[in-house]
Amino acid sequence: MPERRVVSPEYMLFDAPREKKYLIGNEAVAEAAKRANVDMAIVYPITPQSEATHIIGDMYAQGYIRDYYRGEDEFNVMSAVAGAAMGGVRVFTATSGPGTLRAFEMFPVWAGHRLPIVCAFMTRGVNSPLSIQPDNIEIGWLADTGMLIFHAEDPQDFFDMTLQAYIIAEQPEVHLPVGVCVDGFFVTHTREIVELTPEDEMLPPYDPSVSPVVAMDMETVPVRHMKDPFVMKSNYISYNTHASWQQEVRAAAERARKHIYKYMGGPIEVTHPDAEIMFMTSGTAAAQARVAMERMRAEGIDVGLVKIKVIRPFPEKEIAELAEVPGIIIVPEHNITGWLAREIRSRVNNNSKIYSGPRVFGGMTMPPEVIVKETKKLLQAGVAV
Amino acid sequence: MKLDVRMSGLGGQGMVTAANLLGMAAVSDGNYSIVIPFFGAEKRLAPTESYVRISPQKVYEKGEVGYPDAIMVFHPEVITKGKCYTMPFYEGLRPNGWLIINTESPLLSEKDARSIADLNVRIINVPASRIALDVAGTELATNMALLGGLVGATGIVTLEGLEKAIAQRFGGGKFTASATTAVLDDILKRKYAKTQELLEKNMAAIRKTYELVKEMCKPVNSK
Repeated sequence: MPERRVVSPEYMLFDAPREKKYLIGNEAVAEAAKRANVDMAIVYPITPQSEATHIIGDMYAQGYIRDYYRGEDEFNVMSAVAGAAMGGVRVFTATSGPGTLRAFEMFPVWAGHRLPIVCAFMTRGVNSPLSIQPDNIEIGWLADTGMLIFHAEDPQDFFDMTLQAYIIAEQPEVHLPVGVCVDGFFVTHTREIVELTPEDEMLPPYDPSVSPVVAMDMETVPVRHMKDPFVMKSNYISYNTHASWQQEVRAAAERARKHIYKYMGGPIEVTHPDAEIMFMTSGTAAAQARVAMERMRAEGIDVGLVKIKVIRPFPEKEIAELAEVPGIIIVPEHNITGWLAREIRSRVNNNSKIYSGPRVFGGMTMPPEVIVKETKKLLQAGVAV
Repeated sequence: MKLDVRMSGLGGQGMVTAANLLGMAAVSDGNYSIVIPFFGAEKRLAPTESYVRISPQKVYEKGEVGYPDAIMVFHPEVITKGKCYTMPFYEGLRPNGWLIINTESPLLSEKDARSIADLNVRIINVPASRIALDVAGTELATNMALLGGLVGATGIVTLEGLEKAIAQRFGGGKFTASATTAVLDDILKRKYAKTQELLEKNMAAIRKTYELVKEMCKPVNSK
């Protein structure tokens, strides 16, 4: 391990020199964890996340991470990182599909305890039938846990968003867990050019003293709702405390918005905002939609793209404004439920112009040809533009 | 030049390694490239594919290559026994593309040949496994020999780029490989006394097929 120096978050994200590497997504996220000055990583391997957590183990052996172990299963791991974060250290973990579901009880616990844990979700199909293939249905479920949810398009996003996640998660007024999601395989196992910050520069250490929920140790008693749970007292005050605490968690997510603008350049990226036909999508479906957009524009069809990077807090104002312009909005997704289309529909006036699809799930790829074909079919069917 | 490549073969023949080397060579030449393996059935001798997209511009498209410019067939049974993830193995092949097959003798059935005939595809049969055994001393270099064939036919990357990629991949630097790939890496490395020998022998296999295929493609090119 090289001698490392602490740099400011602003310098690391905006000013640090970048070196081009040719990496798979699993390597890119591990490189981000290395630069994030992580105190502790606890992981359990699951395809397609295994290579990342393998590398995290190597990084512990090299000295980049202060403590590390492999848990017994995902529920154990997600509980253990909660314990580590309650103790006031910066933690990293990752899981996929069935692992996400097995551990699910802990995600609202993290949010409710205001733990700034960063978890990479390398999404995959959920059984049954058993699948290890890409499918991001789990993001729709994670959206209501109280965590912040980011959705990366490629290994570069995965690297950048993981660093941004720590910086935003640990803002004292936010102090919430962040799920950095990618479509398994299409990001985790895809090798692309990724621009990395220097290996010997890392974020400042986590400062638990500014946490809104006091870190506990042998001298500091746990926060009130841990040592004296409201469940023990069925009265108005305990119900009300539970209700207001949940509201506070959601309010903290709202307060993340300005930091999302500062550190991520905003929750969305727009290409051709005045287009008549708009693709609104996230993750690798945005990559495929971008290719479809370029092909259709080459044919003279006025298509634009909104890439949604942040799923929670959902960019409702931005989406509602952008949705005013196009005559039709097409939402390609890598899942069967169409959770992103549901999100968009519920925030937009005149939402009959929102078309949920094409949706590809169960592990198949979404060729740009399919998006082009589906769009043209809609246009031919006389959908208003 | 933009080129989308699909490599079909049987698990253990090095399709994923070949795809990584090709992508690394393209990047080292100053181009952009995306490499992705087919995932799910990565076990020895199971049908396996890998995909490479190369372009002078940033490549966004992810996932399997459905419409390849070039298809590389690593094992005859991909064709003769349908051991292929994509059926038929030439599905989606673009016109004026390349079909590079590891074989000692022509393998295409009349029906396959008829289907491909309209595409003006260059069919290149090369005994890549024999070249690998003769020149590099191991059939494990079949993937290298086929890469030489692809480069001889298309010129998509430079031989210098490939040499750098092989040095990077096998020269002791860090590379995250899956467990079975790591085992095959070890077997390959044990075949040679030194890493330098591994690099030289593999490059020799690449050059041999490169020259052979370049020669084969000449009359087509001069038309």
